Amino acid sequence: MKVWIPSALQSYTQSSRVEATGSTLDEVLHDLDRQYPGIRFRIIDEQQQVRRHMRIYISGLSANNISQEVRTDEEVVIIQALSGG
Amino acid sequence: MATVAVMVATRKGAWIYRAGSERSDWEVNGPHFLGHIISHLVLDPRDKTTLLAAARTGHLGPTIFRSTDWGYTWQEAAAPPAFAKAPDGETGRAVDHTFWLTPAHGNEPNVWYAGTSPQGLFRSEDGGISWSGLPEINDNAQYREWMGSEKDGTPDGPKLHSIIVDPRDPHHLYFGMSGGGVHESTDGGKTWHVLINGLDVVEGFGFDASNPTFHDPHCLRMCPGNPDRLYQQNHCGIYRIDRPSDTWIRIGRNMPKEVGDIGFTMTVHPRDERTAWVFPMDGTEVWPRTSPGGRPAVFATHDAGETWRRMDAGMPKEQAWWTLKRQAMCCDSLDQVGLYFGTTSGELWMSRDEGRNWECIVRHLPEIYAVEAIVI
Repeated sequence: MKVWIPSALQSYTQSSRVEATGSTLDEVLHDLDRQYPGIRFRIIDEQQQVRRHMRIYISGLSANNISQEVRTDEEVVIIQALSGG
Repeated sequence: MATVAVMVATRKGAWIYRAGSERSDWEVNGPHFLGHIISHLVLDPRDKTTLLAAARTGHLGPTIFRSTDWGYTWQEAAAPPAFAKAPDGETGRAVDHTFWLTPAHGNEPNVWYAGTSPQGLFRSEDGGISWSGLPEINDNAQYREWMGSEKDGTPDGPKLHSIIVDPRDPHHLYFGMSGGGVHESTDGGKTWHVLINGLDVVEGFGFDASNPTFHDPHCLRMCPGNPDRLYQQNHCGIYRIDRPSDTWIRIGRNMPKEVGDIGFTMTVHPRDERTAWVFPMDGTEVWPRTSPGGRPAVFATHDAGETWRRMDAGMPKEQAWWTLKRQAMCCDSLDQVGLYFGTTSGELWMSRDEGRNWECIVRHLPEIYAVEAIVI
């Protein structure tokens, strides 16, 4: 499936759109980390929670937790919340 | 000819400044990680080659980067400091940022320690590539109680800091927690004991001074010239301890009353254990955390805290409200010792004569979090 990468994480992927596989969001994020080591921990903390200023959408709907299922024809969008100063 | 390198970590990236031993013509190397929050940038004094940077951004999780070519290339840690996953149904902790980096003993090449926010102690044995928590601190119920909640720490999160390794013994360690007191291990971190005797706590609230949770050490320094002597800038004053005594002595009582002895940072002479420098801040009423009266100054002692002398030649005489964070003052090891500090307003200052005269050598940086100097 297609995964959209925010600018702050494109130092890992060198691209705003990459391919990843998995039947759950967790598996997709692990596959991303396999391809781009380190990227997952910058999105998901050690308690398996999406970090405070990150948001993940699956086919346009906000993902509440990483155990959520995803289909191969869906798109995953990772964005940075608008915050900071 | 010796080269002096000064590593500057800021809220928006990191810079490295290098000069010859005259310390007058500084070459800039940076920015590195522009836009990232860099809490600490440290060059390994054992190989004088390996740089570690503690990084995060406002959006992304924390990590550590490593370079062996002065930042031309960086390698990210494969396993950055992270707490253990909590059992299902329990709330675990997540590292918000790595705050402090300390190279271990000279006999332990590639070993580093890291302190985090919220408070955690981590160790790497491969030069910063992978990190493991020390469970006797991170998962110990008593320590968790002493650490308190995130509401008990400093405004940007409670911190474990000032990790110190005794140069005579790699197993002899100290650290401080804001809040949570001072702690010592003599077995490489397997067991720890509290070292808070003599330290004051905030008055007027009935706080029990024997409870580490009420203690807030801001910065600990061990004297390289006498590792039995440590100095401490605390939320409640300036202290000294001479081991094996277990009692701190409040030497800040000897500071001028109109200045007080509150501050965040301090540094100690590389050879003379009687000499230390502090940078007081305004700790009155609402804790403005500015230079007292808008007149910044370093104060030096040359007699282990019996007397203090104001050293502000070259600094603004009025209406200068910046201050220094706890990692933002340090010294080099040349003779005469060079002193360096970075301000909350993004200026890097130095003295080539042990504090007698000061000069601003860099302006217009982001808010400076940490300054480290090393002679190569």
